[in-house]
Amino acid sequence: MYFAAEVLEKSSVLRQKWEDEVRRVIAKNPDQKPDHLWSTVSDLKIKRLYGPEDIKDMDFERDIGYPGQFPFLRGNQVTGYRGKYWTFRMFSGMGDAKTTNARWHLLLKEGQTGLSTAFDFPTLMGYDTDSPKARGECGKCGVAIDTLEDFLTLVDGIPLDRVTTSMTINPPATALWAMYCAAADLKGIPLTKIGGTIQNDMLKEFIAQKTLMCPPEPSVKLISDTVEFGTKYVPKWNTISISGYHIREAGSTAVQELAFTLRDGMEYVEDVIRRKGLDVDSFAPRLSFFFNSHIDFFEEIAKMRAARRIWAKAMRDRYKAKDPRSWWMRFHTQTAGCSLTAQQPYNNVIRTATEALAAVLGGTQSLHTNSLDEVLCLPSDHAVQIALRTQQIIAEETGVANTIDPLAGSYFVEALTNEMEEKAWEYIHKIDEMGGMIAAIEKGFPQLEIADAAYKFQRQIDAGEKIMIGVNKYVSEVQEPIPLVEIDDRVEIEQIERLNAVRRKRDNKAVKRCLEDLKNACKKGENVMPYCIEAVKNLASVQEICDVYREVYGEYRDPGLY
Amino acid sequence: MAERKLRVMVAKPGLDGHDRGARVLARCFRDAGFEVIYTGCHQTPEQIAAAAIQEDVDLVGLSCLSGAHRYLFPAVKKQLVERGADDIMVIGGGIIPDQDFQYLYDNGIKAIFTPGATLDSIVEWINNNVKPRE
Amino acid sequence: MEKVKKIKAGDVRTASRLIRNLEDGVKEARSTIKHLFPLTGKAQVVGITGSPGAGKSTLVDGLVEQFRKRGKTVGVLAVDPTSPFTGGAILGDRIRMQRHAEDSGVFVRSLATRGALGGLAKAVGDAIHVMDVMGMDVILVETVGTGQQEVDIINHSHTVLVVLIPGMGDEIQAIKAGIMEIADVFVINKADREGSSKLRREIMAMLDMAPPETFASGWRPPIVRVENAFEPDSFGKSMEELTDTIAKHHEHLVAKDLLGSRIRRKAAVELHEAIRSCVLEPILNHLVAEGEIEGMIQKLMDKKTDPYTLAEEVARRFLKEGV
Repeated sequence: MYFAAEVLEKSSVLRQKWEDEVRRVIAKNPDQKPDHLWSTVSDLKIKRLYGPEDIKDMDFERDIGYPGQFPFLRGNQVTGYRGKYWTFRMFSGMGDAKTTNARWHLLLKEGQTGLSTAFDFPTLMGYDTDSPKARGECGKCGVAIDTLEDFLTLVDGIPLDRVTTSMTINPPATALWAMYCAAADLKGIPLTKIGGTIQNDMLKEFIAQKTLMCPPEPSVKLISDTVEFGTKYVPKWNTISISGYHIREAGSTAVQELAFTLRDGMEYVEDVIRRKGLDVDSFAPRLSFFFNSHIDFFEEIAKMRAARRIWAKAMRDRYKAKDPRSWWMRFHTQTAGCSLTAQQPYNNVIRTATEALAAVLGGTQSLHTNSLDEVLCLPSDHAVQIALRTQQIIAEETGVANTIDPLAGSYFVEALTNEMEEKAWEYIHKIDEMGGMIAAIEKGFPQLEIADAAYKFQRQIDAGEKIMIGVNKYVSEVQEPIPLVEIDDRVEIEQIERLNAVRRKRDNKAVKRCLEDLKNACKKGENVMPYCIEAVKNLASVQEICDVYREVYGEYRDPGLY
Repeated sequence: MAERKLRVMVAKPGLDGHDRGARVLARCFRDAGFEVIYTGCHQTPEQIAAAAIQEDVDLVGLSCLSGAHRYLFPAVKKQLVERGADDIMVIGGGIIPDQDFQYLYDNGIKAIFTPGATLDSIVEWINNNVKPRE
Repeated sequence: MEKVKKIKAGDVRTASRLIRNLEDGVKEARSTIKHLFPLTGKAQVVGITGSPGAGKSTLVDGLVEQFRKRGKTVGVLAVDPTSPFTGGAILGDRIRMQRHAEDSGVFVRSLATRGALGGLAKAVGDAIHVMDVMGMDVILVETVGTGQQEVDIINHSHTVLVVLIPGMGDEIQAIKAGIMEIADVFVINKADREGSSKLRREIMAMLDMAPPETFASGWRPPIVRVENAFEPDSFGKSMEELTDTIAKHHEHLVAKDLLGSRIRRKAAVELHEAIRSCVLEPILNHLVAEGEIEGMIQKLMDKKTDPYTLAEEVARRFLKEGV
């Protein structure tokens, strides 16, 4: 028991007194809104007050502990943020490789400590810029990469052995990671020296973001290939970033984000063990996670704390991992794009700051803060700078990094953390019963849970039960204009010209041979990574590699559940 | 004669898979009493136009969050016109900056809804502006 | 008639508009059907029914591909339920068939039930005629799939596929819903799942228990296993087999001179429907419009008369020759 019996007894007496008083007061001065509307953004009901009773069943050693100790509720790092702040990692990419490279150099100059790549939709979906499906999309919401030549431009002047790079890439992850490896190789940097992350999390694509290429089963196989390759040859690379961000953006609740993301993680662990026969401790320390930080401050902090504790328990007890580093959950956080509004866009700065603060109090290892204009277009230089400064102010001015996990022991935060964990396990067990995440996805289970939550939230906004300032309350007639970044349509034309030039100058016979080898490797179930590296070095394009996958594994079409 | 039902297509052109808005709208339109044909993600303008004609819809609602709306929305309208279906109205929504509105209006898009538009306001607009065909 | 000409020429715009007008009960559409009717009877109609989540749309998509490979034009009528609360509907079946949207040899049309029971929409029969006259070689009709009494499909099809999946207690559901009796072909979909051979055994046992005259014509419904749609190779092979089986069933109907009885069944149903809509509905509409219905209901509530007496009065008033 967490409290001595006398404490609980005394609390119970005092609590009774307080409750009587509350009843008396609200009889005269009723609350501003009914009980059920005092809830989180995810519609989790919150009590007026939390006290010792709400956390009396906690066990200090089992449930709380110390930083760097099981169950890691209080964080992974024994020194907290004193040794090192979280990585300031701004997600960026726009237009062509040259433009994005310039943005990267600017961010590094301004004090950013890690890179993070946004690709455009053709790249994300494994199409070349001149594919008929790619019309109008080139460079619009990220950087366009067709071949290794573009990639070398992208990383020009970036010290690949000193800066870590995160790449938000999913179906074509093998191709883009192969380009990174090839670029390092050409610069004479050994693979053991490069560090970074590929998102490479297909399950959440089926669940939420719909960047799709092949069916679930072979998609997971390709992911296990990267895990195996990384474990053996690129030990500092995080080969999966198991992502809740997109699940949340698709309209899930915080609990759904937590549960589906962690269950996705378990699915990958099981697949790598089963398919590759690797020991769990050989790869688990390199698994990383990626969460959303939404606007509901305490709910987000509780979610992140609960995530660490669930993962630690799952890795130790469910998968019998022995290395404490396998029990760690390391995660990147991005503030919630879906919490921003096109109306009164400067308000977004405040939203992002609040969300960033929650992420820091939740113990994130790395953070992206959204720019105020991201709900309208790609972020401008000025808006990105404000977003980056937001992190720097939190780190160096507010003092919140002085001490580790400062909210631990709060009746409310601990109770909420427990509640999030409990509800997440319910979902996890339900998915277990369905036969795992792939089976659940095939049944449409997570997709429909999220769709229900998204619809409910929208209805609550329409009814004024949930508030978005500037949207359904304090609406202003005048829209203050902000400068917007536009990607010129010329980018597409120039990118296609570059691609055609590469096709003319490369050794097309060698490309064909490489792709044939890759195809055979796919058919035989071999690890595709070495073949991908060879293919990109010979200037095979992203689409050419992905077309091999589509041919061998089949193309997946979203069932569009509603 | 039974009452005329409004038939509405909700479509996602292009490579963007962010379908939260499209799916929420499909449900909302159903609840408003419309018959909704949802195409799913990753549709080309040609596919959307062909489907709209096969389904004889009164209205096509497009959702795009990737920034490619300047190409994709007019392309859908153009395809409809080329196929002799210029009477099918096209509206759009998503991450669309104000400065693009006029360009889209000029290219046949009748209305634009951006984040923050309430579901009821969209339904109201449709009820006021789209009549089931005679 | 201009419209008939256009539909004969395969004009999708005119055809889809006509189907819309038929759904909405537009009078003028009925007269177009009068002109189309003599031209119908060429298409092969295949009904696909089964419980929700059985994967009917994915199967239809696979069949479209197969029939196209065999040089046939294909029409698809996909039915989804109308919400009884709002009158609206989400018609989502075509999502899985969108890859054929641009193929001019494929015409997919979604229909809402609009209150019709039995798994179809009221306009399905006429919509089949429209697609038939357009020259569609094969018309695939997908029922709602609510697991209810979806037996109307048999009135419109030459061949009925009943789709089941393992491990869902599907067979029991299907027996309860009375759809086992209407199957010409059983499809075990997602056959790589656990419980597939158990399901197969159960269907066999059920067929064995059927009275001997059931298969008198020599056709015992075969069971086709369809592999996971996520495995393109094996799924493709299953679909080939299914398409062959459909063709075999059609040949059987022709060889045994059974096609006539199926067509007769459809004709009988259509006649019933037509009488209902030409005789009963106008009378009811008239009574409602004139406000008479309310008075009649009040009389019943006051126990001044009974429903049969009232109905006989109505019959005497509206029908010249008493029934």
